[in-house]
Amino acid sequence: MRKIDSYDKDFLISILREMNFIRRFEEKAGQMYGLKKIGGFCHLYNGQEAVAIGAVKALDMKTDYILTGYRDHGHALAVGMDPNAIMAELYGKSTGVSRGKGGSMHMFDVEKHMLGGNGIVGGQIPVAGGVALMQAYKGTGGATLVFFGDGAIHQGSFHETLNLAKIWNLPVVFICENNQYGMGTSYDRVSSVTDYSIMGNSYGIPSWQVDGMDVIAVYEELGKAVKQAKEQALPAFIEIQTYRYKGHSMSDPAKYRSKEDLEAYKQKDPILGLKARMLDAGLITDEQFKEWDKEDKKRVQDAIEFADKSPEPPLSDMYEDILA
Amino acid sequence: MAENVLMIALSPTMEEGTILNWSAKEGDTISTGDVLCEVETDKASMEYESAQEGTLLKIIKGEGSPARVGDVIAIIGEEGEDVSDLVAEAEAAPAAAPEPKAEEPKKETAPASEAAKEAAPKPAAPKASTPAPSVSPSSDDRIKASPLARKIAASRGINLGMVKGTGPAGRIVKEDVENFKAPLAPVEGVAVGGSSGNSFGSPLVDETVPVSRMRQTIAKRLAESKFGAPHFYLTLSVAMDGMVDFRKKANARAKEKLGLNPFFMKFAAEAIKRHRELNSSWLGDSIQFHGSIDIGLAVALPTGLITPVVRDCGNKGIAQIDAELKVLIDKAKNGGLAPDEYNGATFTISNLGSFGIEEFTAIINPPGSAILALGATVKTPVVNDNDELEIKNIMKMTLSCDHRTIDGAIGAAFMSDMKKMMEDPFQLLM
Amino acid sequence: MAIIAMREALRQALDEEMTRDENVLLMGEEVAQYNGAYKVSKGLWEKYGDKRVIDTPITELGFTGVAVGAASVGLRPVVEWMTFQFGLLAIDQIINNAAKLRHMSGGQLKVPMVVRGPNGPAEFLSSQHSQSFASYFMHIPGIKVVAPSTPYDAKGLLKTAIRDDNPVIFLEAEMYYGWTGEVPEEEYTIPFGKAAIRREGEHVTLVSFSKPMKMLEEAAEELAKEGISAEVIDIRSIRPLDEETIFGSVRKTNHVVVVDEAWPQASVGSHISGLISAKCFDDLDAPVEFVSSEDVPMPYNHTLELEVQPTVAKIVAAAKKTLYREG
Repeated sequence: MRKIDSYDKDFLISILREMNFIRRFEEKAGQMYGLKKIGGFCHLYNGQEAVAIGAVKALDMKTDYILTGYRDHGHALAVGMDPNAIMAELYGKSTGVSRGKGGSMHMFDVEKHMLGGNGIVGGQIPVAGGVALMQAYKGTGGATLVFFGDGAIHQGSFHETLNLAKIWNLPVVFICENNQYGMGTSYDRVSSVTDYSIMGNSYGIPSWQVDGMDVIAVYEELGKAVKQAKEQALPAFIEIQTYRYKGHSMSDPAKYRSKEDLEAYKQKDPILGLKARMLDAGLITDEQFKEWDKEDKKRVQDAIEFADKSPEPPLSDMYEDILA
Repeated sequence: MAENVLMIALSPTMEEGTILNWSAKEGDTISTGDVLCEVETDKASMEYESAQEGTLLKIIKGEGSPARVGDVIAIIGEEGEDVSDLVAEAEAAPAAAPEPKAEEPKKETAPASEAAKEAAPKPAAPKASTPAPSVSPSSDDRIKASPLARKIAASRGINLGMVKGTGPAGRIVKEDVENFKAPLAPVEGVAVGGSSGNSFGSPLVDETVPVSRMRQTIAKRLAESKFGAPHFYLTLSVAMDGMVDFRKKANARAKEKLGLNPFFMKFAAEAIKRHRELNSSWLGDSIQFHGSIDIGLAVALPTGLITPVVRDCGNKGIAQIDAELKVLIDKAKNGGLAPDEYNGATFTISNLGSFGIEEFTAIINPPGSAILALGATVKTPVVNDNDELEIKNIMKMTLSCDHRTIDGAIGAAFMSDMKKMMEDPFQLLM
Repeated sequence: MAIIAMREALRQALDEEMTRDENVLLMGEEVAQYNGAYKVSKGLWEKYGDKRVIDTPITELGFTGVAVGAASVGLRPVVEWMTFQFGLLAIDQIINNAAKLRHMSGGQLKVPMVVRGPNGPAEFLSSQHSQSFASYFMHIPGIKVVAPSTPYDAKGLLKTAIRDDNPVIFLEAEMYYGWTGEVPEEEYTIPFGKAAIRREGEHVTLVSFSKPMKMLEEAAEELAKEGISAEVIDIRSIRPLDEETIFGSVRKTNHVVVVDEAWPQASVGSHISGLISAKCFDDLDAPVEFVSSEDVPMPYNHTLELEVQPTVAKIVAAAKKTLYREG
């Protein structure tokens, strides 16, 4: 666990609260899925909150971009997308971020530089390379972060884009959120190497592993990678070791892992871990946290009410958003 | 603030589950992710992880209780909170149907009912309600024609059954229809319909035939006319002896033998000149009086009815009307009338005299306002001015008028003028 | 008017658009230093440099996906696939990203990119290098598909494609880069969704696109010798498709032959044949005739190779068949 004494109190509070908000949002999304308000695939982010929050905190969202796969609610919230519109998208309502066209896997907010939400394993990786190409081409000074799971690491899209990013000097940071399971398959059963940084290094790209249960570690290591991307036009590859508390998606009872494993990880919970350090440092009190938590739950409840009350899109909408 | 804990779908298809046992008991502190209870779904037994936190204040659905998705199964809140209202509300909700007994576990109800469906007697095949017609056209008798050939035949009233196809397997193609010549009709001005094969005594069969485009047009336009235009009818008798005599003399001078219908058309045109209402169209908010007297003559075809139109009869002589009419009728029988040769009659004549019909009322042919129905010329005993019986050739004719454009007196005056001319054709020259 | 080759017409379009808009760039295998596998990009690297004319490794999925991403944030990449045969490796990026980003984002993104290169059979290339892919792309809402057959059209349509705010699949043909035709000096563009009537006729309509158009013209000449007047239609734009021009011609001639050098099943040609059968039913005096490639992988042997594809003789025979003039 990294030390927090060099950080501003308000900064730490914002990280803690944003992670907690994602947790509360996902818990409720799971419940609403259970009540059949949400359909299809629904991949929850519980347990991985430190990755999205730590990484996005290291960015300047005026110039930087992020892209991710289908476990994307956390990233959408991390860049400050409207929780009401995210929940409405989960409900398939016309007030959703993608007008009810995308659903759980396709959160987009172009103004906030969040470019999805991609449903094909590894499909977003070359696209992120292209966004970084624009940044280099136009000299915007920004960098692009692309998140994907351990399941995508063997896709051609990952390997092809790593090579392109290196030879074309693209300011892109590749982030593998290794939550240890590609659906129900443990990563060590399907990979020739279990230290993925070896893969990045093989393309001459600086690569390293980071503890994804410690938000401060994620923030600091991503800071280095982003700085390097922007200043040296050098891509980076970071394997962030994390854990998801829920099944792969809502239809996965996650019977392939032991209760003990899950419990062990819950002991390292990213939210509780940061909260404990802040309590120890006397930066916050339990009462304060409870109060914030209440507010967070209320905001999630408001999002649900907003989604519930929002109109269904009219049938004529099906013909829109196909061609520019 | 206390909250209801709701049953959620623990499998994608679960609608209802049974609580097998509670892992938590009332009074326990619950965190999110804690297992509250174990639920038997339609697929397997699953753990219910709490998405809420606080103190488990009340278990609503005890062990063994069924609960539908959305039912309240427990209440969570802060220790010591009064939740009696929520409890009352939850307990007042209708319960899910109790589980079937143990020897017939729910999991098997689906397959069992499938099996039951399999075992159920199949509904008997419907009995043949009517015997198949003894004479049914075999598939080889089906007329093969290209879509385009069918379209042209329909528009020209050609019976495809009479056309020989030159395409593959005898398919009738455009060229075949265009080169088709119908056999000449037995009666001048009227081609008798009726199938070539139906002589007396041939058995009829039950048959439903699709409506041709031509029949659809006839049905639509005549229904619109009959039910849209207020018809009234005027009938009178005409002595035809003067007319017969007149026609004989005319034929002696003419190159070709003149038909009878051109005479009626010419007389009608002359009478119309005196009563322009007979040559008008009702347009709803105005009446159009036509400058040209375009007279249509109803001609029967095997497939229906068509009205070739001779334009401007008011300015043409009988011989010219006759010549034009012959060409048009010939074309009509061969399926070759263009739309502008049969559309837009301002006045129409229908003559069923050749069938021996004595009198009938015809339906107005839009856009005209009147149609003249001519019957057969019949030798009739007549009481003359000297109170003597004499035999005369009498024809009855009936005018159908659209009362929106033609009043009774006008129609009557027209008929009276027609009668005078026909009984003394030389009036035409005076 | 200048007479220039197809490759030069395409080069002019690229050059003019790169000069006009600094966001246009070209990427693909061998497009820069080598001047393009078929010399379409000749001289562009010297003129615009590494930044805008980019040699890629042989990683179609990777660089096509990069183009999608770059387009989604404002660049206008033109991707050259050395051949559409290799494009299969990138088809997921075309279908699932290029064609759907706008949809998934509820209209927030647009993807102005062009993917171009030779498609269909050439010569002596056997089965892995002779396939026609138009229908693979025509099938997908969210992209446009065009396939010129003359230098004039190639230039005008490529300029339109580069300016279009949507992903455009631009199908060329390896065999026709040397074909010549008139191209004016002054600037022009050709709109999508507008077919060209190459020859007016009365008796039968011949419809195709891309390389087979030359065979249609020759077939029309053959038919004319026998007094058959054929109307020749080049659809040019496959999606959007100018259905009205096709239907109008069929309504006039009542007989139609559709030609497509792809395999028959689920092809552009079968789609057009189906449309005509549905929309011109009452105007047909004979079934729609469809001349396609044989339903077999392309053999290497040249005699077999030619026989597998549509030929002038096959088109003439089909026209006579639909006119009931066989034998």
